[in-house]
Amino acid sequence: MIQILLFAHLKEQVGKSKLTLKEQSVSVAELKKQMMNDFKLQTKDVMVAINEEYATDSDVIHDGDTVAMIPPVSGG
Amino acid sequence: MFDIVTTPISIDDVMNQVMHRNAGAVVTFIGTVREMTGEKQTLFLQYEAYESMAQSMLAKIGKKIRKQWPDTRVAIVHRIGRLEIGDIAVAIAVSSPHRQDAYEANRYAIEQIKKLVPIWKRENWKDGNIWVGNQEETVSLNDAGSVAK
Repeated sequence: MIQILLFAHLKEQVGKSKLTLKEQSVSVAELKKQMMNDFKLQTKDVMVAINEEYATDSDVIHDGDTVAMIPPVSGG
Repeated sequence: MFDIVTTPISIDDVMNQVMHRNAGAVVTFIGTVREMTGEKQTLFLQYEAYESMAQSMLAKIGKKIRKQWPDTRVAIVHRIGRLEIGDIAVAIAVSSPHRQDAYEANRYAIEQIKKLVPIWKRENWKDGNIWVGNQEETVSLNDAGSVAK
């Protein structure tokens, strides 16, 4: 199982702060596509972190990983 | 000190973290809540964070600074939750033996925070609110979730 954390407007759009995927492994690019299909999320400018490290589209998410969908940040 | 807090920030505390006998310069940056953005009047802000990752990213920025500017000490505190106009959202203190490094390293810290640390602010106005999409505010994340320029 893969845990997906959502923040800011993504969290509001989906209506949840956490999702679980039954997949055992999926690439970041595939996950983004799935999020677009399932929830109509715009993922173009969204960064993805796997276990609190930023990942690229080709990185693979494995069973047990925690993924975060990180929209453009506005801290500071 | 690399913290995400929910209570008002004490600048004294942040500065004390970096002051020591061989620090000849302490540069402190404070990010405060501003009322006007162009024509828009902000009533208050809400900051949200991926707290554990934000905290570790602040620490990573501190580590990078100490590598690039040896002999510096860094402390960064960012507040989340509801903030009123004039409240302190972030404080960054950097000390070094001489001032050039302190200025440069402090600048580097705020620029990295604004690019990479998973913290988001929501501006609340009289007739709506918006999750700010980036710091130039050329990308806005409206309620429909589409990225509008």
